[in-house]
Amino acid sequence: MSNIPSDLKYASSHEWVRNEGDGTVTVGISEHAQGLLGDMVFVDLPDVGDEFAAGDDCAVAESVKAASDIYAPVAGEIVAINEELEDAPEKVNADPYGDGWLFRIKLEDASELDDLLDAEGYESSIDED
Amino acid sequence: MTNRTVLFDKHVESGAKMVDFHGWEMPINYGSQIEEHHAVRQDAGMFDVSHMTIVDINGSDAQAFLRKLVANDVAKLTVPGKALYTGMLNEDGGVIDDLIIYFFSKESYRLVVNSATREKDLAWINKQAQAFSVTVTERPEFGMIAVQGPQATAKVATILDSVQLATVDGLKPFFGVQAGDLFIATTGYTGEAGYEIVVPADQAADLWQKLLDAGVKPAGLGARDTLRLEAGMNLYGLDMDDSVSPLAANMAWTIAWEPEDRDFIGRAALVAQKAAGTEKLVGLVMEEKGVLRSGLKVLTANGDGVITSGSFSPTLGYSIAMARIPAGAAVGDTVQVEMRKKLVDVKVTKAGFVRNGKSVL
Repeated sequence: MSNIPSDLKYASSHEWVRNEGDGTVTVGISEHAQGLLGDMVFVDLPDVGDEFAAGDDCAVAESVKAASDIYAPVAGEIVAINEELEDAPEKVNADPYGDGWLFRIKLEDASELDDLLDAEGYESSIDED
Repeated sequence: MTNRTVLFDKHVESGAKMVDFHGWEMPINYGSQIEEHHAVRQDAGMFDVSHMTIVDINGSDAQAFLRKLVANDVAKLTVPGKALYTGMLNEDGGVIDDLIIYFFSKESYRLVVNSATREKDLAWINKQAQAFSVTVTERPEFGMIAVQGPQATAKVATILDSVQLATVDGLKPFFGVQAGDLFIATTGYTGEAGYEIVVPADQAADLWQKLLDAGVKPAGLGARDTLRLEAGMNLYGLDMDDSVSPLAANMAWTIAWEPEDRDFIGRAALVAQKAAGTEKLVGLVMEEKGVLRSGLKVLTANGDGVITSGSFSPTLGYSIAMARIPAGAAVGDTVQVEMRKKLVDVKVTKAGFVRNGKSVL
């Protein structure tokens, strides 16, 4: 069974979002998503300072199986990226909710968080896949 | 309805992720295909290849039949147990399948063909066999386990009895021998030393367990694909098929043109293709980020080609591919691949990247 922490929010495109409580959110991909993709070989992250609207493709996770776009779950500016993934993309597989985080976004509109799925909603969305 | 090999339960026990592979439920990985890949390059890994099709050819015309059926010449085989890699061609010179033929005597051979092509292969072989005094016998009562890697031979040795051990001791590459209930061959699909072992179905699970206990790591189809790609070995259906000449699939070395009077199926078409010139199967490497994938367009000075197989090479740490491109590009040339709407420079190499754990670039 896939691990879906209840303290996170989710996009149906398999990104998770953690509200850091300081106007920023951390984003990664779910355990379910990393399992679908298989061993990660490259993660192409945005640059700090880049700005995105919700739903923009902003990163690429490339696994042995496929290249997959990662979408910004909320609008805002990139304030940090996980540089360790450059040399160790497998962290996304090993610890998708921890060391395998992708980037942090400074929220443009905190109310967008309400549009995301909770753990239960995400679980039913992947059951439908 | 999917088929299961006799080792299905062993895969589940080892935590395999099972996928449908041309009608067979097979392990794609047991957690990490990259770790499985490294296990084969650095130590020893094993693959369930029981889905592959074994066909025995017996009879007074066996040699004459196979000299007609395939592009390589089984008359080269004179030492019992020696194996030969070849294409089986249609009249247009397209590859129906690639296979290994083991020689036992001029009246007895064993063919190992792909599982995805089983039905058309058997239909073709049986059709061609009608003109010859031979019997064609499929052998579904066997499982098959490939044990590959620098420590494969040593680890298999720990589970053989003394008679079997004496039988395989010093076995040269590309030979197969019957050792007790096992048929053990020094063949493989990884570019490493090791064995492919044909085992009676009711003993397969026990053999798998003994190999596990001997420290051989189970490896799935994912690792099998990256290993064979690094080794520059073709995968039927991607790198060649019924519409592709062996001359355009890096298989020219498997065509026995001599003696000239041997009229194998597809010969006339190949002669014409050779005279006219064909595309070539080459290697590509891309040292920057990204992964070359099958189907991507390749732009060369002499026209466009296509990537037939592409992946990330765990041994090299960057992406490699095989591509069928117009003749003219030389090893070392730069060509371009269209990926994710951008043109990316890649380098042409020979189709073969890693052997015995080391880069051959």
